[in-house]
Amino acid sequence: MSTKEQVLQDVVIKFAGDSGDGMQLTGQQFTNNTALLGIDLATFPDFPAEIRAPIGTLPGVSGFQLRFSSDRVFTPGDMCDVLVAMNAAALKVNLKNLKRSGKIIANIDGFDTKNLRLANYTDGVNPLEDGSLEGFEVIKIDVTKLTREALKDFTELGVKERDRAKNMFVLGFIYWMYNRTLDTTINFLKEKFGKKEVILQSNIKVLQAGYNYGDTTETFTTRYKVEKAKLPAGVYRSIMGNQALAYGLIAASEKSGLPIFLGTYPITPASDILHELSKYKSFGIRTYQAEDEIAGIASAIGASYGGSLGVTTTSGPGMALKSEAMGLAVMLEIPLVIINIQRGGPSTGLPTKTEQSDLMQAYYGRNGECPMPIIASATPSDCFEVAYEAVRIAVQHMTPVILLSDGYIANGAEPWKFPKADDLQKIEVKFKTSLNDNEEKFMPYLRDEKLVRPWAVPGTPGLEHRIGGLEKQNNTGNVNYEPENHQLMVNIRQEKVDKIAEYIPEQKLDSGPEKGKVLVIGWGSTYGSIKSAVAELQEQGYSVSHAHLRYVRPFPKNLGSIIKNFETVLVPEINNGQLVKILRDVYMVDAKAYNKIMGVPITKTELVDVLKKML
Amino acid sequence: MSTQTNAAALTAKDFATDQEVRWCPGCGDYSILAQVQKVMPGIGVPKENIVIISGIGCSSRFPYYMNTYGMHSIHGRATAIASGLKAARPELSVWIVSGDGDSMSIGGNHTIHLLRRNFDVNMLVFNNQIYGLTKGQYSPTSEEHKITKSTPFGSIDHPFNPLALAMGADASFIARSMDRDPKHLQTVLTRAHQHKGSSFVEIYQNCNIFNDGAFEIFTEKGTKQDTGLYLEQGQPLVFGANKNKGIKLDGLNPVVVELGNGISADDLWIHDEKDFYKAQILIRMFDNLNKNEGFYPRPFGVFYQTERACYEDVMAMQIEEIIATKGKGNLDKLLRGKEVWEIVA
Ligand code: SF4
Repeated sequence: MSTKEQVLQDVVIKFAGDSGDGMQLTGQQFTNNTALLGIDLATFPDFPAEIRAPIGTLPGVSGFQLRFSSDRVFTPGDMCDVLVAMNAAALKVNLKNLKRSGKIIANIDGFDTKNLRLANYTDGVNPLEDGSLEGFEVIKIDVTKLTREALKDFTELGVKERDRAKNMFVLGFIYWMYNRTLDTTINFLKEKFGKKEVILQSNIKVLQAGYNYGDTTETFTTRYKVEKAKLPAGVYRSIMGNQALAYGLIAASEKSGLPIFLGTYPITPASDILHELSKYKSFGIRTYQAEDEIAGIASAIGASYGGSLGVTTTSGPGMALKSEAMGLAVMLEIPLVIINIQRGGPSTGLPTKTEQSDLMQAYYGRNGECPMPIIASATPSDCFEVAYEAVRIAVQHMTPVILLSDGYIANGAEPWKFPKADDLQKIEVKFKTSLNDNEEKFMPYLRDEKLVRPWAVPGTPGLEHRIGGLEKQNNTGNVNYEPENHQLMVNIRQEKVDKIAEYIPEQKLDSGPEKGKVLVIGWGSTYGSIKSAVAELQEQGYSVSHAHLRYVRPFPKNLGSIIKNFETVLVPEINNGQLVKILRDVYMVDAKAYNKIMGVPITKTELVDVLKKML
Repeated sequence: MSTQTNAAALTAKDFATDQEVRWCPGCGDYSILAQVQKVMPGIGVPKENIVIISGIGCSSRFPYYMNTYGMHSIHGRATAIASGLKAARPELSVWIVSGDGDSMSIGGNHTIHLLRRNFDVNMLVFNNQIYGLTKGQYSPTSEEHKITKSTPFGSIDHPFNPLALAMGADASFIARSMDRDPKHLQTVLTRAHQHKGSSFVEIYQNCNIFNDGAFEIFTEKGTKQDTGLYLEQGQPLVFGANKNKGIKLDGLNPVVVELGNGISADDLWIHDEKDFYKAQILIRMFDNLNKNEGFYPRPFGVFYQTERACYEDVMAMQIEEIIATKGKGNLDKLLRGKEVWEIVA
């Protein structure tokens, strides 16, 4: 049999099946294999909110989208080239995002009468048979049957256990299709099932069977190849957003000498930071799964008060619960990092879907005048630097810092040219250890030029002092209710946060001319879509530029002057218009909003359309 | 909790601050403050290693008056803040000051979790059975039918028995004392400090403004001998003006008996703080004597004490063990991960 090899530049593939079909693992394995070849990529896992939604139903569909390319990629892609559908529901949910002429790899067994009914197809209708998929290239494989067959000698395994290896068959087949080797997954399986020999061997067997199926069946005449991407030279690894946040914190801990204390409560999609950090006790990290969200932040405040790097992680509903304690941290003026992995709201909302709708909450969602710096990550690997920066700002400015990420970044993966420990800038921390010569009594709220008060921790002789949530007199820190003092303290707390602008880098344009027609300002996970849309339009000769904000409060001090150089400003956000309101307020600019709030990222295609109308 | 180090000879005065004490004149808090200040020099902990953390309420102004490290935090959360501090800094002597509303109502959740984790801290709950700072609403320890600002027709809430709650949460040291008995309070505070683990101390505290006399029956000359039962380790449960009454155990039921007529102290229940089961019976002696309901005297002293691993120690040990077996974490190794690839220019 002869197969041709075709070189492709860019592929978007989606693995979709029932949540029990192991599609996340399949996607991750293929991602890993792709990454190790030096191909650029971006992923978008998309799973149901229910751990075990009814099998075969539409809400039970779990998907993993991967885009890989020999070019740079910044998004997981708007539309798919290939859809792997393990059952009818997976096809139904994802068909609308498949390109015309795209490939469907369908597991026939998932399209039996029962599955069709569960996917709400009318009785007697089977999309694989009725011609409705005309225009797509449909590749039908009876994965279940072939898997069972491959395992016929594994008599010690029951049917259920055999069927569980179905995803390995698909993975093996896709590896064949894209001209890959199986070694990365075999290594993974060895590590995972090392001691369970039968399970290990059966998985490898099915993986190989899938691969050989591609090799031996006549249906496929073409294999595909995507070349290495032209990434900047260096050593890379693959990284996910929440993992990068954890690493950023660990790096900051090592480089500041402050031990990490994570006080937190499990919540989707933030829990992985806890899982990750709890593995690294060898770095002296203390992780504390508290009794609730409030205890999460409160314990972190206690640890910071004691001289640790207090961190708390959560998502929107947890943020709401933590807000009183955030106010306390603002009054205490102690370092603290509060990480919010945003998800769809309000209330419980859409726990597994992404949204950027907690910006106003971060800005204003506390009682009283309660300013806090806010910093936002744009991509999975960016989370590393952003976490590092959050720590730096927190300890050097004695303030709680809010770090905003979201579900899309948290679970997405991309190649990361990781730094060397030696190249990371040290984070200087100053503890107050004794009274100065001219000091008679310790003044816990005496400030330096940054308006920052000293960090004196329990155990330091001679600096015993009391702090608390009541308004305090400047310098002495004594409780004080005088009108002038309150005005002064409110002003100082604001000014202290504003002053951080002098200690952060100026805003740079991500791309485009410094003066022009339209400036797109984004923050957070819209980075890839905006970047791609703007690049496409720039290629077509349009005057459009892109600025992406990492520092959301305070803004970089040159942001106002950048804005002035453009006729129009567009702010795309996965919310109902939050950053745009703040920009209008701060810079009195008639910024336009583009908003979508459907639990999914904004696509490049829709941004191109919106921008074209403005250009 | 216990933290033994050498402290220079200090006096109660060294623990006072320059801040004007702002409780209402006559408030029971004054006595508690005085007793804590008296006890502190003797516990053998340098002043700088003592931290007092409070929540919100009248009692929670306490840290301002103690010349140690201190934090007056937010309502109900002192326990959670103290947990984080103790976990991060096990060598500190951490004291939590809270009230009945702060610890049993808004902060109830943190209280039980602190106790079950058994952080080596001392938790002092000033129980005045009323909300003082918000000017007189009933609290979770107020008795049923209580008329207050928020219950003009009488409270319909069933009150907590704080010690039973602590016992239910597996507290490792459970004691009760009161503002009006300085010596007793000093002893209990010292014992609480000496105990390694979470020490839960309920202190009856008179709020003379909004709930005056709530505990009078236990403190006034005419009644206190018959209503209070003072627990002493290894001693029989004897009470009454002439030490003429005692408690005997009849199966699982405590029975009040008159001494004499063939019943001697030897027949009585001998107090044993280590007895987990008897402690539960003692704690349940909680009759509302003000209303003449029931007849058990109210016990004071140390009900229960046991040794159990402390959270912060195990946490530190886990870290030490992992570092001992795996070595200290290496940042470059972590960042590099398991699989990398190289792009050459
Ligand atoms: S209101 Fe009651 S508890 Fe509060 S200070 Fe006054 S007397 Fe004490």
